[in-house]
Amino acid sequence: MQSVRAADSGTLEARDVHVRFEGVRAISGASLHLGQNEILGLIGPNGAGKTTLVNVLTGFQRPDKGSVWLSGRNVTGRTPFQLARDGVARTFQGVRLFGGLSVFQNVEAGALGVGLGGHRARERADEVLQWLNLASQAMARADALPFGEERRVGIARALAMRPRFLLLDEPAAGLNERECDELREVIRDIRRRLDCGVLLIEHNMAVIMGLCDRIHVLDQGRSIAEGAPSDIRANSDVKRAYLGEDFV
Amino acid sequence: MTFVLQNIVDAISLGALYALTALGIGLIFGIMRLINFAHGELIMLGAYALFFTFGMHEAIMGLVAMALVIVAAIVMERVAFRPLRRANPATLLIASFALAYFLQHLVLLIFGARPKSVTFLYELSEYFVVEGLRIPKLQVVTIAITIVLLVGLVVFFRRSSIGTQMRAAAEDFGMARLVGVRANSVIAIAFLLSGVLAGIISLLYVVQTGTLTPRMGVSLVLVAFVATVIGGMGSLVGAAVGGLVVGVLTVALQAVLTVELRPYRDAFVFAVLIGFLLVRPQGLLRGRSARERI
Repeated sequence: MQSVRAADSGTLEARDVHVRFEGVRAISGASLHLGQNEILGLIGPNGAGKTTLVNVLTGFQRPDKGSVWLSGRNVTGRTPFQLARDGVARTFQGVRLFGGLSVFQNVEAGALGVGLGGHRARERADEVLQWLNLASQAMARADALPFGEERRVGIARALAMRPRFLLLDEPAAGLNERECDELREVIRDIRRRLDCGVLLIEHNMAVIMGLCDRIHVLDQGRSIAEGAPSDIRANSDVKRAYLGEDFV
Repeated sequence: MTFVLQNIVDAISLGALYALTALGIGLIFGIMRLINFAHGELIMLGAYALFFTFGMHEAIMGLVAMALVIVAAIVMERVAFRPLRRANPATLLIASFALAYFLQHLVLLIFGARPKSVTFLYELSEYFVVEGLRIPKLQVVTIAITIVLLVGLVVFFRRSSIGTQMRAAAEDFGMARLVGVRANSVIAIAFLLSGVLAGIISLLYVVQTGTLTPRMGVSLVLVAFVATVIGGMGSLVGAAVGGLVVGVLTVALQAVLTVELRPYRDAFVFAVLIGFLLVRPQGLLRGRSARERI
């Protein structure tokens, strides 16, 4: 898989996004930008609006106020389907594999979806499965997989779409330590090989601190801090909002 | 012995006809969660196309009927179901009923309520006689076509790119869209295939009975619907097996029941099927993983 260095560095951006559900503010003023070739961590306490923000960035949720920008174009209100074709892929907490299809076909579907022909799509599926160490599982039914591998197939399916931005919603949840290590390697690899920006929602601090170039902190729907892992660790607002419970 | 064999042949060929109808219904249900009761009216339209073109060369009759049914299936999706794509399954179901009644009454308006008869491919009504066993050519053709179509569909779904995308859409329509699968083409192709199946049933049905009424599709679709439920909603092979089971059951009861009870044969058929569903509500083959995670 050769990586193509884009001349202009693309970005995926949320600008001053507000979302309310039935009068409850889920997000009130969140802004973040994700560059290509960058790993950005998105953290915050439960209910801070992390998944909602990812939903906004991927077109699942239309913001009440604010906008979403993809490499300088305003893409607010585009459907998830359109954004996927423009290179914004995501995974879900619930993975949502096509259970009755084989692992290979799950990944192939991603490649077909972005418009590759049958032969090229199968080649790419092979490539991605090899890369993620799933080649031996290729013919297994997706709903027969153990949990950790199921997650990896979810990532493989997103990667088969060759995204420019990949948003991972809690990919380490429920994984054991060895699987977490593998996941870290995979995410580093994604950036290196695909020149792809990765947004990572994660509660596992070891994963976040070890991987991210920058970390963005949400609290009660607001962006409260952003910076290098060491800055975030030292930030007193963040400690109060979030790390206080987990990190002392 | 001959009596038993004769019944087995009858059972398989009736089962094959049901299986073909069930395949058409199962195909659409698998992808859209729509039980398309207007599928029977597609079959009815094909039959009336044969009636309308009667007198022309039989190949032309067959082609016109097939073409009409396929076009009707695609138009049906475009006009009636696409605008309701985001509606809940109950709304879709009601829409399919409305469409079925509309088509029945359209034909009623044009051709009248009296049954019509048409002769098509008469040669197929002849028999092969093997060891005292009379096997209508039509039954052989029906069984052969069913096997070819079932194998063809399974291969198409498992091996072709469109097939993979259709199965992905059948598993999780929203997710399939997210990985870029083109929803509109996938659904249009599904309807096209259901049109092909319905068209073939039109031909076989007319050869067999030669009689048409505007409501001829209704009972066929009802039986086929039950067959898909028996087979396990959402599984194509299940739908075919379900069709076969219902056909075999029908013929078996026809043979076993006393003359006085025979008029109530279908009541027995459905009683057995209700009993089956009480024991195994998920059907013979389960269509998709029952696991759900948030």
